[in-house]
Amino acid sequence: MDFRDSPEEADFRKRLRAWIADNNPGLPASSTDDEYWARQAEWHTALYDAGFFGLSWPKRFGGHELPTVFDVILDDEIAAAGAPPRPSLGYLVQGITTHGSEAIQDRFLPGLISGRERWCQGFSEPDAGSDLAALRTTATRDGDEYVLQGHKIWTSYSDVADWCFLLARTDPGVPKHKGLSAFAVPMAQPGIEQYPLRMINGITKEFGQVVFDGARVSAANMIGEPGEGWRIAMTIVSHEREPGEVGYVSRYAKTVKDLEKTLRADPGAYRSDQREAVAWAYVQAEMLRLHVRRRLSERLDGPDHGPGGSIDKILMTWVEQSVGAATLSAAGSRAVVDGDEVGLKIYLYSRAQSVMGGTSQIQKNIIATRILGLPVT
Amino acid sequence: MDTRDTPEQAELRRTASRLAGELGPRTVTDLDDRERNQRLAEAVRGTGWLELRHDDGEGKPLASGVEAAIIAEALGQAVAGVPFAGPTLAADLARRAGAQPIDGAVVGFAPDLVGAAVVAGTATDAPILAVDHAAQGPVAAYVLVADGDGYRLALARGEGTSDGADLTRNVHQLPPGTSLDPVAEQSRLLSREDLDAWTTLGLVLTSADMVGLMRGVLDVTVEYAKERKQYGVAIGTFQAVQHLLAEAQCLVEGAFSAAVYPAWAVDELAPAEALTAGRVAKAYAARAARTVCETAVQVHGGIGNTWDCIVHVHLRRALLSSEWFGGDGEQLRQLERSRLGVVDGLS
Ligand SMILES: Cc1cc2nc3c(=O)[nH]c(=O)nc-3n(C[C@H](O)[C@H](O)[C@H](O)COP(=O)(O)OP(=O)(O)OC[C@H]3O[C@@H](n4cnc5c(N)ncnc54)[C@H](O)[C@@H]3O)c2cc1C
Repeated sequence: MDFRDSPEEADFRKRLRAWIADNNPGLPASSTDDEYWARQAEWHTALYDAGFFGLSWPKRFGGHELPTVFDVILDDEIAAAGAPPRPSLGYLVQGITTHGSEAIQDRFLPGLISGRERWCQGFSEPDAGSDLAALRTTATRDGDEYVLQGHKIWTSYSDVADWCFLLARTDPGVPKHKGLSAFAVPMAQPGIEQYPLRMINGITKEFGQVVFDGARVSAANMIGEPGEGWRIAMTIVSHEREPGEVGYVSRYAKTVKDLEKTLRADPGAYRSDQREAVAWAYVQAEMLRLHVRRRLSERLDGPDHGPGGSIDKILMTWVEQSVGAATLSAAGSRAVVDGDEVGLKIYLYSRAQSVMGGTSQIQKNIIATRILGLPVT
Repeated sequence: MDTRDTPEQAELRRTASRLAGELGPRTVTDLDDRERNQRLAEAVRGTGWLELRHDDGEGKPLASGVEAAIIAEALGQAVAGVPFAGPTLAADLARRAGAQPIDGAVVGFAPDLVGAAVVAGTATDAPILAVDHAAQGPVAAYVLVADGDGYRLALARGEGTSDGADLTRNVHQLPPGTSLDPVAEQSRLLSREDLDAWTTLGLVLTSADMVGLMRGVLDVTVEYAKERKQYGVAIGTFQAVQHLLAEAQCLVEGAFSAAVYPAWAVDELAPAEALTAGRVAKAYAARAARTVCETAVQVHGGIGNTWDCIVHVHLRRALLSSEWFGGDGEQLRQLERSRLGVVDGLS
């Protein structure tokens, strides 16, 4: 057990720290402002071009083939500088590397990792959220292409995406989990309509609705085999649930740091319950920072696509929501007098963490049956 | 950076859980099985685990906080009725003072259990709590005596009585007026930093104990949920029960992740930094352990509220481990002071 940087890690940390000091775009928290999302693409490409993104991924796709724990350093330094979190797309990389053909990997991974091509994830539908396998969007073969018909919703960053990682039904004649396939669908085409959604905290760039009405995708853009869609989706969501993969931990650490700074500036202005809420948020954020170190260490010998991500997701959710509760508490009456109060916005956004990527109830079902081995009826 | 166990640590973890699992109590009746307790005590002594924090000859402990936490966790998991954290903390304190360890001694705590008792003069003027002392025999407990900028050790000795909540470990009370013996051959005064580092070890061992006992009580409870039938099906099929147990599992994992860091940090980082990590671990583990043990009682239903069901043994042990060196409330207050600044009228 060693929490210290190796010489290579220390050197990387030093270079990264210096680079962030000069290049921190100083964006607002991702959860409070549309400006963050508008400028996220720039941050992604800047981080990538400087050699600080895609650290553990294969070199031939633009990665650096470094040990997984280098992402810990990235999260640490981002948090310390209060820079925007690293782009959260590792789960798509996992999905494509695990299931995509060589041709698919060569075609799509470099653009995804470098940030030159932006992606969204088209899984959920109005009538298929938790019960994802009930989805009704169809992909019907027509020569060398598939024709798409259907309605996706809560699709994050769909408005700026070049590609959609789409889950669609290719075979209506088989049981629901078996008839799904995955595609890389180009978003800039006539058969796709987008309708932005406004989140409860007012931001409009988080997610939208995407309607496919006769849009087309080349059969060569199928990821994995026909009928493999469910397995691919499960690989993706299992990693989407890991804070080590999504990098949110730096966002929580930064928020807590900012809160602590505010309270320290005038300790007497806060009640004991407000101080305790902030201290508890610190405890939670620290726990997650350490949990991510542990989980990325466990991955030093290769990834595990098992159900452990569901535990990570619950822990991450508790952390985000403790942090959100603390920002609300510390804001006091300002949170209700000023609807633009950042503490209010962070709090409202935190409620989504127990829904996105599979709700907390779904995670608990998975933990109970697949980790604890409790019986299913 | 690699936060996994080294092969030696992994081996120690296996050995410790095997031994504690074999010799720890399976039932509440086992708690009074003197022969079983004796075998456990001898086994722990025989392994050398009580000497982990003894001096290696150069002022360093023989083994790191990580090894000590591994043992504490295994004994907690088995709710093993054998002193470990008590004598280990006493040996650590003695080493820091450059004194020879005294076999069987523990540290005497102030009545609030948060820190070692500080005394003046030749006899105590408040009760001293000798935590995790052996059940029988005369009690020997180190206390602190202020000396200039630092502290010396003295030894409070007496016949203690123990009737605490924890059914697996003893808290002997030495009454006020207990006389103090000097501790021979102390080569150094204990500084604030020494006490911070020692406190960190206390936070580490009590947190690790709670991680272990959460694992133990959750195992018992998951098994029960698979066996107990109502409405013709195992209660573990009910989603309400599943979700309680799933939450408990997450709490165990979170508490473990938070607890391993100070176990490493206590020997590797500056005392103040390690202490903060210890407080984080303890705050998290204390809240988690309380919830997980309460879940265990709940999932056992009526039987869980009977003396003969083992889960209250875990709950009671969690109450002591939580309170010893301060529970979540105390740790949060301390983190508020150090991180958010001191407020008049609020401490
Ligand atoms: C911020 C945000 C971003 C998102 N981004 C994306 C994205 O990029 N791509 C995408 O495809 N989707 C995305 N989603 C959608 C998300 O995956 C779904 O909202 C989620 O899976 C839940 O589905 P639902 O909304 O239909 O809720 P429902 O499934 O209708 O659930 C409603 C309630 O019922 C409970 N429930 C449902 N089934 C069970 C069960 N079996 N046991 C116990 N309780 C149950 C749920 O826990 C929940 O509390 C996003 C959502 C949010 C909030």
